[in-house]
Amino acid sequence: MIRKTVNNVQEALKGVEDGMTFMLGGFGLCGIPENAIAELVRLGVSGISCISNNAGVDDFGLGLLLQKRQIKKMISSYVGENDEFERQMLSGELEVELTPQGTLAEKCRAAQAGFPAFYTPAGFGTEVAEGKETRDFNGKMHVLEKAYEADFSFVKAWKGDEAGNLIFKGTARNFNPCMCGAAKITVAEVEELLPAGSLDPNEIHIPGIFVQRIFQGKEYEKRIEQRTVRPRK
Amino acid sequence: MLDKNGIAKRIAKEVKDGYYVNLGIGIPTLVANFVRNDINVEFQSENGVLGMGPFPYEGEEDADVINAGKQTITTLPGASFFDSATSFGMIRGKHVDLTILGAMEVSEDGDIANWKIPGKMVKGMGGAMDLVASAENIIVAMMHTNRAGASKLLKKCSLPLTGVGCVKKIVTNLAVLEVTEHGFKLLERAPGVSVDEIKMATEGTLITDNEVPEMQG
Repeated sequence: MIRKTVNNVQEALKGVEDGMTFMLGGFGLCGIPENAIAELVRLGVSGISCISNNAGVDDFGLGLLLQKRQIKKMISSYVGENDEFERQMLSGELEVELTPQGTLAEKCRAAQAGFPAFYTPAGFGTEVAEGKETRDFNGKMHVLEKAYEADFSFVKAWKGDEAGNLIFKGTARNFNPCMCGAAKITVAEVEELLPAGSLDPNEIHIPGIFVQRIFQGKEYEKRIEQRTVRPRK
Repeated sequence: MLDKNGIAKRIAKEVKDGYYVNLGIGIPTLVANFVRNDINVEFQSENGVLGMGPFPYEGEEDADVINAGKQTITTLPGASFFDSATSFGMIRGKHVDLTILGAMEVSEDGDIANWKIPGKMVKGMGGAMDLVASAENIIVAMMHTNRAGASKLLKKCSLPLTGVGCVKKIVTNLAVLEVTEHGFKLLERAPGVSVDEIKMATEGTLITDNEVPEMQG
């Protein structure tokens, strides 16, 4: 067994520097690496580029890094729900690269799986395809999209073991598995870190080979963005 | 004329037994409320769930189980969770049978614009570009005109496009229309709406060669 455990978030983020590109899992505030984000805020690294489907809300998730003006560039598919983001984007302080959601996921997965690029029909004929190679396959036009290159991936899982194997819960899975092994170093934080052998190998979502560092996360807030309920009959 | 629920109710009739369906935000979300109980349908949300159920009872919300609108949801027996690449694999690979989404504009060529208004805050396309580029069966749910009263069914879209030549069917508060080679073919009128009223509200070419029936409730 190859051990991937580190003692804490400080150890997990060793080597993080100004100007780096990070992938961060999560959809809205669901399944975001809360501990890694808090540590990035504490470290104060600046000029960073973030690949993440969304940009958090004003006072949580990636919004915390935006507040401190640590982010130079955001690569996302949807960035609503964040006033500070809007202000920085309109003032030109923040560079934004909007990418179709499925393309964003696949650009991560391509990096994980060793594909330099791939063709997708998404965005053909729109401004997303401007300046990109296009090609006809079976009578349908496609756009060439390149795999991302990132320094660190920060992902959040439900359970993990010492070998770095991960299991996700519900829709908190989202982009997290696609980002594992898609950057030079993948850092996984988990709600429950278990000894090797505790997880059934049949039920592993992401094998530990895609993870370099794993640590027991703390104090998850798991904020709900849109609490919707129905009345009891 | 139909209200939003009326549009959703009409679209629900297009949902067939055995369909996997992706519903967009807004009017499309309402479609789930009107699908017949005697057919089996699974709703997909692109953030990674198939087999979505109703909203949870108060106190049973789970922060780890949401839909693409970031609302808390429940799952039904037979549901599954998956990652975002797999989710869009389902969409791109045409495993999802029907996609229902909103639009700001649709052109008579089937182009759709629904993600960006120049000069206003751009929030992003989310999964819309992937959905419209891949799905073969797309129904647009929208009001026939915008708040200023201008037609949303145009010869050419004026807003930045989400996808080209992809819309096949449109259900509005006034009509059901099909996108054909020669323009928007009027299939049904909303209750109490005349063909002339629909013509007035449609900037693109409107084809009305046969008698146009009124929508059945």
